[in-house]
This record gives sequence, structure tokens and C-alpha cells, in this order.
Amino acid sequence: MLSRVADCLYWMSRDLERAEHTLRLLDVNMGLMLDRSSVSVDARWKRTLHALGKPEGVTWEGDLYKLGYALTLDGDIPSSVRSCIVSARENARRVREQISTEQWQRLNRLFLNVTTPRDPRDAENYLSEFIPAVLDGIHLFQGVTDTTMTHGEGWQFIQVGRFIERASATASLIEVYHYDLLGAAARMEEHSEYLELLGLLRSCTAFEAYCKVYTADLNYDRILDFIVLNAEFPHSLRYSIDCLQQGLAAIDRGSGRHPADDLMRLMGRLQSSLGFMQISEMLTQDAGLYLRTIVRQCREIHELIYQRYIHYSVHAALAD
Amino acid sequence: MNSNGPNCLHSPALRDYLLDHAYDEMIGSDGHVRPHYRALMDAMLALSPEELRKRKQSADLSFLTQGITFTVYGREEGTERIFPYDLFPRIITNAEWVNISKGLTQRITALNMFLRDIYHEGKILSDGVVPRELVYSCRHFRRQMRGMQVPRNVYIAVAGTDLLRMNDGEFVVLEDNLRVPSGVSYMLTNRRLMRRSFPQLFLNSGVQPVEQYTQALSSTLRSVSPEGRSEPTIVLLTPGIYNSAYFEHTYLARQMGIELVEGRDLVIHDNIVYMRTTAGLKRVDVIYRRVDDDFIDPLVFRSDSGLGAAGLFNAYRAGNVTLANAFGTGVADDKAIYAYVPAIIRYYLTEDPVLNNVETYLMTDPAMRQHTLQNLDKLVVKAVGESGGYGMLIGPHSTAEEREEFKRRIEAEPRNYIAQPTLSFSRSPCLIGDRIEPRHVDLRPYILFGDKVTIVPGGLTRVALEKGSLVVNSSQGGGSKDTWVLNR
Repeated sequence: MLSRVADCLYWMSRDLERAEHTLRLLDVNMGLMLDRSSVSVDARWKRTLHALGKPEGVTWEGDLYKLGYALTLDGDIPSSVRSCIVSARENARRVREQISTEQWQRLNRLFLNVTTPRDPRDAENYLSEFIPAVLDGIHLFQGVTDTTMTHGEGWQFIQVGRFIERASATASLIEVYHYDLLGAAARMEEHSEYLELLGLLRSCTAFEAYCKVYTADLNYDRILDFIVLNAEFPHSLRYSIDCLQQGLAAIDRGSGRHPADDLMRLMGRLQSSLGFMQISEMLTQDAGLYLRTIVRQCREIHELIYQRYIHYSVHAALAD
Repeated sequence: MNSNGPNCLHSPALRDYLLDHAYDEMIGSDGHVRPHYRALMDAMLALSPEELRKRKQSADLSFLTQGITFTVYGREEGTERIFPYDLFPRIITNAEWVNISKGLTQRITALNMFLRDIYHEGKILSDGVVPRELVYSCRHFRRQMRGMQVPRNVYIAVAGTDLLRMNDGEFVVLEDNLRVPSGVSYMLTNRRLMRRSFPQLFLNSGVQPVEQYTQALSSTLRSVSPEGRSEPTIVLLTPGIYNSAYFEHTYLARQMGIELVEGRDLVIHDNIVYMRTTAGLKRVDVIYRRVDDDFIDPLVFRSDSGLGAAGLFNAYRAGNVTLANAFGTGVADDKAIYAYVPAIIRYYLTEDPVLNNVETYLMTDPAMRQHTLQNLDKLVVKAVGESGGYGMLIGPHSTAEEREEFKRRIEAEPRNYIAQPTLSFSRSPCLIGDRIEPRHVDLRPYILFGDKVTIVPGGLTRVALEKGSLVVNSSQGGGSKDTWVLNR
């Protein structure tokens, strides 16, 4: 596969994952705002922005719909949902012949939706419909990606992009919540602690899945266990890192070159640290630091992927 | 309703159907529907206006969601438009097609021989059949190609030749596109859409298929691969997503199962072309290039180009890679050389041309220039090296200032212009709103030349969708429709 194509597929997938994450955080927090909580509205939205990596050009100024518009439809904000989808579609267009017609059509529809001109002052009237509609569209895209595209190298790069983004975004999200929720039972009123825990779970689409394992008894340690270490839940850190590892291993095997030692070593270290840890261990050390390390390792993995598959030197390749 | 009778023209859908001296593809000079259009006409008239609108809408929507678009230049970068599409197919009988196909085969064979000749011995120039200075002064003449051996002597592997049908029903050649002709993907998608919109009609009409085009293209490219490369790696080189034909590039690459590469994907080392892949560098043998000569290698041609790959020409010269089409084919579609194509055919093949040219005045000829300058308001003036309807003066639709401007340009650079009479070419029925109205059409068949000549039956029929307009180019308000060549 052409290096440029791998690059495009990887970013197409990352951008869509990011758009989905942004939409979900918005959706969940807009819903929770309606309930009285000891977490002030200001603190809630600042925390959300923090979890999104403090997007450039977006600040909380007390107006929910202004913030909602900036995060979703503002084409001048580089990480807005619109910008992500436009850029994903642009990447898909560059590799149009590599993806299936179904994928292209889904993505093109998403593109047509987010680029429809809308009045920012009117955001109150359409955001509540816009957000679930685009989330649906992204899910459909992911569905047809898995069912209509050959699970070859291109699909593996899509997987890698999706899960590296999911792992870093989820780690950042948990970190932001962690300091608020650790020992919160003592500080918060009961119902507002519940709402906070619910918010965290929903932000990872984990509420129903959690209940199936632990019932609706929300407890921070168990939640952490579930969204960090569960091996079967698709939004948990461990699951994301496992999928990332599988994707990279498949790409490595298929490339027919000598094994990617550096990359697979780093990958394996991250994977085993999640695979062999217990949540009590994580809580006795600095969990925030641990989560930040995961984000950093994801970044290093990204760089190694680029060094090996995308931006290698001609002389190194001819010697290989 | 039955179109056999003369009364079909009284159907409300055909109110004010314009008939004059121009050839009408559907209605004969006796005012009756031509026999090969009857079944189609009956089927169209049987559909209610709402039904037609509905099918048209669903066709448009399908273009948009599939992203079958082209880029319009001169506007915001990357402005995408769908290529307007007309649901009323254009029909050509088998007898007409056999003649067209014979003429096109003859033409591409002669033009390839012409290119071989002018880049080697230049016999046709020594014999004074084509003026030497006309060839050497052509902007697309590539002296780098002199004396170079091209695989199978195939210079033009892919051509798209524009035909018009004149008042007497005869097809003539308006121009040859021998550099990087485009539009074939619209021929293929138009057909797919037509099959979907009118399945029953399609089934009953006995239409010759066009779907084999991509396979034929692929085997044509394989047949010109460098010697000793039995399992050649073929790629399609595109200028990238901002090119107006980008959709087509992706479409063809996907249909042929080959990589679509951009210049930056290619690396040339020791005169071997490689592409950068995730598994390292992979050798490339044949490049179906959709990038113009000027931009393809900054070391040999325009040094400011970022679209090509440095060193490509040397690798080509060394015989390590084949480019289709070859460099320098633009000489043969220069509009001044065009005037000599009938002579070129007679010279190499000792046959008379099957398809005639349009009468053409060379501005380098003083008498013709004089005549042209006196009749600018009646003639069409074209720049010799342009395509896509750019750089043109249509006399009858021009202002005095425009004519003055062209007069100045012609006098300054006579070699750069030719003139032709304003042509009256055929009209074909189109669905305009809920009515059927005639619009001017041309025809661009695609010719493949490798170990043999392949022409898929039909081609792209382009339509000047604006009433009275003679311009069919997509960049200037043209559209297209499916072209049916019947079995019988």
C-alpha cells in the first residue's frame, strides 16, 4: 500500500473518532446540565474542554450554545466536528479508490450535513438534533467500514487510527475526572456524585455495559476498573490498546520486511502494563501520572509508525 | 401514444420542439421519428412528467452522494460541481458506428505513425506534406523525444476524438485529444445510471456494452510495458484532488485495480521508478499518466512543478518505465497540424480518410488570414494549443471589442490561431423540466491503441444544455448523456 494512502486512511479514521468523542462529551454534558448538581455549570464545561485537550480557539464564556456551535459547526476551529469531518472526507477523497463506495457515500453524506450553512445564533434550535444525527452517521460509517472493506492493510491502518485516538482521548478524559471523583463520596451530595459517575460512564458509552457487570450501583473504583482495565468493552483503555496492538502486528506481518522491533517493543510494554495491572495498584500510585504516561506512549507509537511506514528515507528503504 | 405516426410531435411534452436546418438526432427531415428512436420515444412519452422528474432527481442525488463531481477552475479552489446529466439517451445505429469506428482506427494509426516519423527521420517533413516549421514551432513538440525508441512505437495509447454530426447527417472530426483525454468515467457512470433508471427499456433496446473499457485499457497498458517486465506493475499518475478530472482518476484506478499515485509517491533512483509503500519501495513499470508533459518532471520540463517526479524522463529514456501517452503527443493534436491530418492519413496509409475534418483556416497563410480577419463575426477562432473551450472566440456571439482583441492576437502570433466556420451541428432531444427539447450535442469516443486498436461502442455525448448554446464543455455549462450504439 502506498505510504500516502496509509497516511490518509489513518487520519481519516482518527479525525472521525475525534469528532465522535467531541459529540458524545457535548451530548452527555448538555443532558446532565439539566439536573441540579454540586458541580457548577462553569466547572463542568471547563472540565469538558480540558478533556478535549483544550481545543484551540474555544473558551467557555457562559453561553452553552455558543460553545456547542464552536465545538461542532465552526469551520474556523481546527478541532471542531465540522473541521474533523471535512478533513476526514478530504483524506477519503485522496484515497477514494481504496475505500468502498458505501464508506464513501456515508462519509460524503456526513460532509454534506456538517457543511450545510447554519446560523450560529440559532444553535439552540438545531444542536439537539444535529448531534445525534452526526453521531449516527459516524456509527454507520464505522459499521460499513467493518462490513464492506476488506480487512487488509488499509483497514488495519483505519483500526490503528481509530484506537490510538480512542486510547488517548479516553485516558485524557479519565484523568480530568479522576481528581474530581477520587474520594468524592465524602465531599459530594449523594445524588450529585451519582450524576458525575453517570457522566463519566456515558462519556465512554459505558453506562449500560457497566450495569450488566456491576448493576446500577455506581462506584468509582469499579468504574475505573471497568473503563481502564476491562478486556471486552470496546471503549476501555485496555481494549483500545489491545486492538491497536493487533492492528500494528497485522501490518507488520503483512509488510514482508524485517520485524518492527522498536515499535512492537513499545507497544508490547504498554499492552502488558494494562493487561497485568489491578485497579488497586493504580489507585495506590499516582493514577493521573499513569494516565498521562499512556497518552505520551500513544504519541511515541504514532511517531514510530510514521518513521517506519510513512516518512522513511529512500536510502534506508533501498538497503532494507 | 404512438410515435409511428406523424402526430407524436403534438404531444404536450414536445410542444415547440425546434426543428430547422440543423440535423436532429431523433426527428427525420420528413418530420417523423427516426425508426431507431421509436421505442425510446414511446417509453419516454408514456412516463408522466412527475415520474420523469422523480427519476431525474434520484439520478442527480446519486451523482452527488457518490461524489461524481468535477472541479471548476477560476473559482474558489476545490469548488465541486456535479456534471449535469441528461436522462434522454442518444442513439447511434450500428451501421453509423461501424463507419465511425473504421475512421477512428485509421486516424489513430496514422497519427501514431506521424509521431514516430517526426521524432525520427521526419520523412513527411522532407516530402513537404506537413510544413517543417509548423511542427517545430509547436509548443508541444518535445525535442527530448528525438531519436527515442518507444515500446511498440505506440505514442498515443489513449485518445479521445471529438466528433460532430453535420446537417447532412455525416460525422466529422472536430478535434483529437491525444495528450490526457478525459471524460471516459462519465461514459461509464452514465451507463450505470441509465441501466438503473430505465432497466426495462434498456433490456429491450439491444444496446452494445461499454463496461469492458477498463479491462481494455488495462491490457493496452500492459501491452506497452518495457521489455523483459512480464508482470508489469501499472500505476495511474494523477495531479491530485484539485484536478478537474480527479474523480475519473480514482474511478479508473479502482476499476483496474491499480495504484493511484501522485508525483510525491514516486522516487527515482538509478533511472528506476519506485513508489513509496508501507512495505518499502516498489518498482513501477507502466505509468498511465494524467499529468501534462509540462508538469511531469521538474528536471526536464517546468522546474516549478510540484506535481511530477524528478528524474522520470531519464528513467523513461533509459527504457525502464513506459509512460502512456508518450511525451510530445501534443504535436499531433495541435489545431494547426489538425488541418493536415487528412494529408497525413493519405501519406502513411495511402487511403482516403473515412471521417472528414472541419474546414480550417491557418492563420500562417496570408490569404486565409486575410479572409478570417474580414469575417471574424462569422467564424470561430481557436488557440492551437488549448482545450476545454478555453481561448476561443465564437464570432456570431462575440462583441466588437472581443473581435478587436482577437484580431490583435492573431496578427501578433498567427501560428497560435486557427479559424473555422461556425458549425451547425446536430441536436438531440433532452429532458428540460417536464418537456423534451433539442440541444446541441457532440460525441467523444475513446480509442485505445496498444497491441491492437480497441474502441468501445459509443463514447461520451456532451450536451450544450443552455438553449441555443453551441458550447458543450463541462467547464462552460455543458452536460452529458448516455450514448447507445444499437446491436442492429
